[in-house]
Amino acid sequence: MYQHTRLTTNRLNFFQKFKNFDYILLICILLLGFISLATMYSTDGGEVLFHTKSHFTKLIVFTFMMLIISFINIKYWFALGYLSYLAVIGLLVATYLFGITSSGSQRWINLYFINLQPSELMKIVIILCLAKYFHRMKLENVNSIYTILTSLIIIILPMGLVIVQPDLGTSVLIAISGIAVLWFAGINHRYFIYTMLGFVISLPFIIAFLKPYQKLRVLTFLNPDRDPLGAGYQIIQSKIAVGSGGIFGKGFLKGTQSYLEFLPEKHTDFIFTLFSEEFGFIGSALLLVIYAIIIYRIVAIGASCRSYFAKIFCYSFGAAIFVFITINMSMVLGLLPIVGSPLPIMSYGGSSMLATMIGFGIVMSARVHNQQLIA
Amino acid sequence: MINSSSDNVKKLNSINRRMFITGSLKFFIMIGIVSRLFFLQVKENKKYLTLSDKNRIREWKLAPVRGEFHDYFGNVIAGNFETYQLHIIPEQVDDFRYVIYRIKDLLELSDKEFKKVLKKKNEIKPWETLIVSDNLSWQKFSKINNHLYDLNGVKPVISISRNYPYKENFTHIIGYVSQANQTDIETTDSIKKNFVPGLKVGKIGLEKSFEDKLIGSNDIERYEVNAYGRRISQLEFQKGERGKNLRLTIDTEVQKLANELLKDQAGSICVMDIYTGDIIAMHSSPSFDPNLFVFGISQDDWQLIRNDPMKPLVNKTLQGNYSPGSTIKPIVALSALENGIINTNFTVQCRGHKHPLELYGQTYHCWKKEGHGFMNLRNAMKQSCDIYFYEIARKLGVDKLSETAKKFGLGKEVFGDLFSIEKSGLVPNTQWKKNALGQGWLLGETIITGIGQGYIQTTPIQLCLMTAQIGNGGHKIYPKIVVDDKKKIQPEDKYMPLYDNSKNIRIVKDAMFASTNEVRGTSFKSRIDNPKYQFAGKTGTAQVKKITERDRELDLKTFEIPYEERDHALYVAFGPYKNPRYALSIIVEHGGSGSTTAAPMAKKLFKLVIDRHKFRQSINNKKYLEI
Repeated sequence: MYQHTRLTTNRLNFFQKFKNFDYILLICILLLGFISLATMYSTDGGEVLFHTKSHFTKLIVFTFMMLIISFINIKYWFALGYLSYLAVIGLLVATYLFGITSSGSQRWINLYFINLQPSELMKIVIILCLAKYFHRMKLENVNSIYTILTSLIIIILPMGLVIVQPDLGTSVLIAISGIAVLWFAGINHRYFIYTMLGFVISLPFIIAFLKPYQKLRVLTFLNPDRDPLGAGYQIIQSKIAVGSGGIFGKGFLKGTQSYLEFLPEKHTDFIFTLFSEEFGFIGSALLLVIYAIIIYRIVAIGASCRSYFAKIFCYSFGAAIFVFITINMSMVLGLLPIVGSPLPIMSYGGSSMLATMIGFGIVMSARVHNQQLIA
Repeated sequence: MINSSSDNVKKLNSINRRMFITGSLKFFIMIGIVSRLFFLQVKENKKYLTLSDKNRIREWKLAPVRGEFHDYFGNVIAGNFETYQLHIIPEQVDDFRYVIYRIKDLLELSDKEFKKVLKKKNEIKPWETLIVSDNLSWQKFSKINNHLYDLNGVKPVISISRNYPYKENFTHIIGYVSQANQTDIETTDSIKKNFVPGLKVGKIGLEKSFEDKLIGSNDIERYEVNAYGRRISQLEFQKGERGKNLRLTIDTEVQKLANELLKDQAGSICVMDIYTGDIIAMHSSPSFDPNLFVFGISQDDWQLIRNDPMKPLVNKTLQGNYSPGSTIKPIVALSALENGIINTNFTVQCRGHKHPLELYGQTYHCWKKEGHGFMNLRNAMKQSCDIYFYEIARKLGVDKLSETAKKFGLGKEVFGDLFSIEKSGLVPNTQWKKNALGQGWLLGETIITGIGQGYIQTTPIQLCLMTAQIGNGGHKIYPKIVVDDKKKIQPEDKYMPLYDNSKNIRIVKDAMFASTNEVRGTSFKSRIDNPKYQFAGKTGTAQVKKITERDRELDLKTFEIPYEERDHALYVAFGPYKNPRYALSIIVEHGGSGSTTAAPMAKKLFKLVIDRHKFRQSINNKKYLEI
């Protein structure tokens, strides 16, 4: 057990906070930001156009925001746990009522200065909320029916609000974020196994309830060649792009698949495809290493924290980020059906970046205030 | 509220244990992703690289430059010329309606043409080229160029197209080109390989026969295209090969004269070198302008050609099956001599219409009412006495006659498979009749075969070959129309004698000489006394219908008989007599008698052909360079 000896007071001055920073994590995040900016520049065809500019602005603003969050004591974030959850639930309801409809789903809400996608924020906020919920709980109470039901309601409520948008992909990711917290909180592992079995058994029934376009995606995933110019187009073109990249890639700004517009959604969900085409296996592996370091640092920070809340948040956030990355990559590499899921930081999209940066900020705050005990 | 210490420890143990499980899981999943990347990017790289190139690289083929036809002297008789065309790529036009109406005004397109263009536009993809007009005049072309500022997306293009400078002169030899249709593409590999929209291919004649040589190969442009098929940049330009030029044995001057001589008449003229077999001229009249077909013939022009009673679409030289009439007589005489049926002294008395040859109740008249009197071979040939030839044919029999006729090239295609349309004619014998008609041969049929009537049918080119082979002293030759046709190996039996006794050939040639150059000869009026041009020939007048007693009594002049019932006029000849070099055959459909209509043409032709002989020789001595 980590035994703290140095400080008795939780108060840190500004410079001490600086000293406590996890610089490896910060450098990795900045590096990732830089890579994402270069890739965005490539998606714009080697010119500084709308996407690059916008991504750059967001990167700057949200990185500063992350730093500010990290300077604020973790206990205040703990305090905001339920409130932020309720606020985002409120936003989701508002989205349901007055959201902006784009390409068939109502996901965005106009906040006058920014179009926000609250479902992306929910991915982080649900961790915050559940982490706080389990923070004070005794281990023997964790597996009580009451606790399980409450936490399930906390998860299912936003899921439902996101499914009706409709956005199955994001709602699944929210669920995964929530389930990660339940896992680390110590809910009996049998429940997870039973749920998994139950899910597998009911899979055919779930598929029967899917919307036609979702069914099509599953079918397409199983056999992309059944409709190469229609539903299978995205995945086929994505695989061609990645595969044609080879070991060293086609070179920066030389990805023909994206440059000649064969790649769909290259700014958002398929950004990794473009990166992989241009930088090859070595580049992709390096990107994975950066992500791996980030996740490792997050987990390490969690381990170094004294408070249970910080620990559970870091572990769960690390797991969630890992799942987001894996799902996105598996999807573009043809290992999973196409579900809309952005690659953290790399993909274009403010809400996703905002949520990720908030997460990083809280993790950083946990690191800076790792001796902070929370009542 | 602070958790109790023991609970805290338990909780930490639990979370750390689970973190360990999660960490291991993450590790394995990460390995999985990396292996997938490795599989796609390293192991399957080649496959995806090919797919990516297939995605982005498109080939555009350009129409190949077709080989030219040259005459013997190197004059271009089917060439290429620059055409001015107007192309539009619809997707590059902002306001297609405006532009197309503007073009309609500028080019003064008729409503019909305009509708055709709009129809074409709907058939193609928006990034494909729409050819608004493929042959603009220079005036209209420059007019468009002056208005280009107003015509966004319109491209004036200079392209290459077929041109036949001698118009109708060579139509039946070289044919014409026109847009390739589905059948052309499916049946000819070279067309399939080089096909581009708007490609023009040979439809008939040598243009069709030598398609493989003439077509050349495409220029290929490789472009990088985006996902929507729009060209981004040119990667490569692969120059195609120009089609091979073909040099013909034809002399354009002679060909033109032949065309002139047959003007407004239906018929055929062919002239041949009797030693090499070179075709000097080969014309079928009437002809038509092949240039009409290059850009698609208009309905009106087509109807005009199709419905012409003189049938310009029929190549009479190769497709026309005619009764040879008296032009067969040299072969009949030769056959009789060769088979020892007669000698030069054999005499038959021709007693005119009052005493025709009678056989089983049928009568066979001589053409001459008064009769020729006592005829030997030379006189009979000279005056074309029918009674004499009835008699020797009767004695000879049709089987022996047909043998000699076939030896001299009658009854089978002269050019082999060079012209798909060529007919083989017909040399009948008893076996043939039994097989084809299931009837026995009648003696009367032998008798009329002796004067080239009845079943026997020949094409003008066969008659020319026959005459040439008599003219060269009875040696086999293979006519050819393309110089340096290396595809054809020299047949072994070239120049093989076709006779048993060369004396017999000389007798026949002498008789033909008499026919043209001695008083009372049938073509005496058309003779040339100058030994340089002096030729020997045989007239022929082929009946198209049976002559009745009434016709005989009326004895109408040619112009008094309806056109369709008039006799075909024929003439075959070789010359110069002293040292023969050329042979010709002339047929004028419904032209009356051979001596009045056909033989005078021979006079003019021999004059020109022999005059041009020295030019031909000088070309032969020079080494011909293909341009």
